[in-house]
Amino acid sequence: MRMIGAIFLPLLFLFVFGSGLSSRMAMLSPEVNFAQFMFPGIIGMTVLMSSFMAGVSVVWDREFGFLKEVLVAPISRASVAAGKTLGAATVALIQGTVILLFAPLIGVSLSPWTVLGLLPLMFLLATAMGSFGVLLATRIRTIEAFQAVMQILMFPMIFLSGVFFPLQGVPTWMSIVTKLNPATYGITTIRQVILGASPDSPFGITLLGHTMSLWNNVAVLAVFGAIMILAAMRSFSTQD
Amino acid sequence: MNDYIIKVENLVKRFGQLVAVDNISFTVAPGEIFGFLGPNGAGKTTTINILCTLSKPTSGQAMVNGFDVVRQQRQVRQSIGLVFQDPSLDERLTGLQNLHFHALAYHVPASVRKQRIEQVLRMMELWDKRHSGVRTYSGGMKRRLELARGLLHYPKVLFLDEPTLGLDPQTRNRIWEYILELRQSEGTTIFLTTHYMDEANKADRIAIIDYGKLVAMDTPERLKKIVGKDIISVKTDDDEKAAEEIRLRYQTEARRDSNGLTFEVSSGEKFLPAFIKEFDTKILSVSLRSPSLDDVFLKLTGRAIREEETSDVFKAMARQRGRRMRR
Repeated sequence: MRMIGAIFLPLLFLFVFGSGLSSRMAMLSPEVNFAQFMFPGIIGMTVLMSSFMAGVSVVWDREFGFLKEVLVAPISRASVAAGKTLGAATVALIQGTVILLFAPLIGVSLSPWTVLGLLPLMFLLATAMGSFGVLLATRIRTIEAFQAVMQILMFPMIFLSGVFFPLQGVPTWMSIVTKLNPATYGITTIRQVILGASPDSPFGITLLGHTMSLWNNVAVLAVFGAIMILAAMRSFSTQD
Repeated sequence: MNDYIIKVENLVKRFGQLVAVDNISFTVAPGEIFGFLGPNGAGKTTTINILCTLSKPTSGQAMVNGFDVVRQQRQVRQSIGLVFQDPSLDERLTGLQNLHFHALAYHVPASVRKQRIEQVLRMMELWDKRHSGVRTYSGGMKRRLELARGLLHYPKVLFLDEPTLGLDPQTRNRIWEYILELRQSEGTTIFLTTHYMDEANKADRIAIIDYGKLVAMDTPERLKKIVGKDIISVKTDDDEKAAEEIRLRYQTEARRDSNGLTFEVSSGEKFLPAFIKEFDTKILSVSLRSPSLDDVFLKLTGRAIREEETSDVFKAMARQRGRRMRR
């Protein structure tokens, strides 16, 4: 049930926006229409939203008291934090993969290699965002507060990461924000893998005049992810 | 082996301005049932949280099973079992799954895991319900499952924080049977907090705590000797006049409340017949009882502990209801 709920919204976005806007928007490149452009973004969004559940689950456990049982157990708290993240990342990966199954309906063709490449990528994005969620959750006491923080952080992160529109040609302030947004690098990488990663493709990003290659983006995401998971493990260990 | 399993020295815990635990020291012997008695907010739960490594002391030292609660958290955690004041079960899992998780977390060897889970579930009479989700359990069943879980890894010390708060009397009695049985069979040390007097009576030793300070620590019997005398409660048709007469006749001050007058005399059985015969104010009813821990608390702190009891049960109920609604 939760699974269906989690992929319903992305699919709604994909088909309503995708079909509604495709016909009205110019082709973004010779072979990519708007729905096809949005498809990788929707996958990234699904993974991102789902991985945040790692944090929700920590706050949930606290709210219902179960976290106490975990905190007082003779097990490493850091490993509990990592476990929460990886568990949510696995679910996120499955949900992302379910969205991938809709590729033929959008007219996106995927080779087995593309899919194989996407799996670790989705997992990396999910781990990075999941750790971020756990980090926040260690310092937030109630479900209500966490939901508020999530709304305030998650939607701007999604909207300003290039899920719904190309990041070229946006106003300068927005361009700066999108480049500070770690989600951007995840969404862009997924798009580069699905729609092609040639340096002159219109879907890349430039950072300080440098056009980011696929691997550059992966590196940024990996560094962010590593910092987040270490911070989450540390913060989880020191909470009381 | 040391002659104590818990040792607390000059323990202090401050939350900002508030001194929750104010320089307390005590030791608990292995196999002892040690009770912490005091009103809400006296510092009972704070002390337990420090002893079970959930909270760090501001200053002072505490050792459990020979391990320091700040420096050797892992070893302390492995040595203890806990039943919290608030439920700490994963309601989305079944009873069996909750215990299985606990067994893994506490490194119960795989070879004995199944057998021990069955043992504790049968002991708490939850075996038939093991496959039901915890959310379908009643309050008493949840508490019993928590007790079962607390026992699963054969802890050296079992901490019970208000183990029967808000439960009905039958369930309270049953839980107590289990606790006493456990001490008998496993020699487990039991550290409990309570503000129910009848529960405190079952402890070997009691520490009375008020505003974060230990005000007394001894066996229930010896604590009652602090009050020393027997207590006479009397209802008359004119309490004011009766109080005056008691003062003049017996040189003792009677306390007045809505139930009439109470006062202390040294040997109640002998006093009573004479009292009834010679007292001038008309007596409606009279009763005699030995001092209870309630009286001890009253004597030591000037306040009754019981006044809060009913409101606590309501609070506990409201808390649970709040949780359910939020779900």
